[in-house]
Amino acid sequence: MKLLASPAVRVGISISIATGLYGVSFGALAVTSGLNFWQTMALSLLLFSGGSQFAFIGVVAGGGSGLAAMSAATLLGMRNGIYGMQLNALLRPTGWRKYVGAQLTIDESTATSTGQTDPAEQRRGFWTAGIGVYVLWNLFTAVGALAGSGLGDPKQWGLDGAAVAAFLALLWPRLKGREPIAIAAVCAVATVVAVPFVPAGVPILVAAVVAALVGWFSHGRRDEGLEPDVEPYGTHGHLHGHHQAQGQHPGPNGHGEVERREGADTEEAGG
Amino acid sequence: MNLWIWLVIACVLAYAWKLVGYFVPAKFLEDPRTSRVAGTMTIGLLASLTVVNAVVSGQGLAADARLGALAAGAIALVFRAPFLMVVIAGAGTAALLRALGWN
Repeated sequence: MKLLASPAVRVGISISIATGLYGVSFGALAVTSGLNFWQTMALSLLLFSGGSQFAFIGVVAGGGSGLAAMSAATLLGMRNGIYGMQLNALLRPTGWRKYVGAQLTIDESTATSTGQTDPAEQRRGFWTAGIGVYVLWNLFTAVGALAGSGLGDPKQWGLDGAAVAAFLALLWPRLKGREPIAIAAVCAVATVVAVPFVPAGVPILVAAVVAALVGWFSHGRRDEGLEPDVEPYGTHGHLHGHHQAQGQHPGPNGHGEVERREGADTEEAGG
Repeated sequence: MNLWIWLVIACVLAYAWKLVGYFVPAKFLEDPRTSRVAGTMTIGLLASLTVVNAVVSGQGLAADARLGALAAGAIALVFRAPFLMVVIAGAGTAALLRALGWN
């Protein structure tokens, strides 16, 4: 198997297994939040973005409206647009590949691709992680949904506690340094303050507005918060290993590549 | 049925975000503030969702077994447990605390 000799393919496969597996927790939590089997599967097949999917069911589980659930999921999906821009400049997909590639544009496929330097490896990394996560995430969502619907009282199994831990685990890799921790703290306080005054689900949107204002008016790392849930390239200390991990970081690397590739493209056009 | 409508809209908008990156000329998204806002909003939303799921109950606050799940999840993350282990630690702790009588 020549393909397995490619480091990007190997990283793509391992990230697919790690990410796919936690589809079990999404599937189980979705059905215990009140979604039926096909609603749960529709989120994994069509929405396909872990954070947004957890946000949607998290709002529904807390008694929020469908509108609030949709809004939280959509705001959380904005970063995929940024990833799409990076990947478009990096991989230059054409025709149908753009449409399929767009659906596979998530934290994990972006991080696997931008962590490579060779263009062929970047392409292999993106498609391996994208397709691998898609297939396994959906498979394990179905497993979780079927298991979850047979559980009876979800509270007895601590599934509401599972949701708390899942959101913390999604947040954790993004808390590198003082600034993201401060943003998280401010938004947590904004949420608690808003709870008594607005309907369920809306405090999350209040926090989103606060975070957007902070991002708009402050100056800091351009790629703040754009870290994958599962880091594809080796282990790093979540709070202390930032410098160590920086060379492999999707953000700065991605941006560097974008600029370099654009230069290369002009040359190609000239010749 | 109502939930289906919002669910489908969420799916369409999620795909729209993804497509935007591939079809909108890069200069529109090059303003560093665009990616800053996308990033800070991701942090803010996830922090808010963590808090809501840990201590919010309807329109009030509650200290129950979910707080134990939050602590267990944090400890698992400090020890760099994989995602699924963190989730299991949260569920197990909440279930155990409930079995011991703390709701």
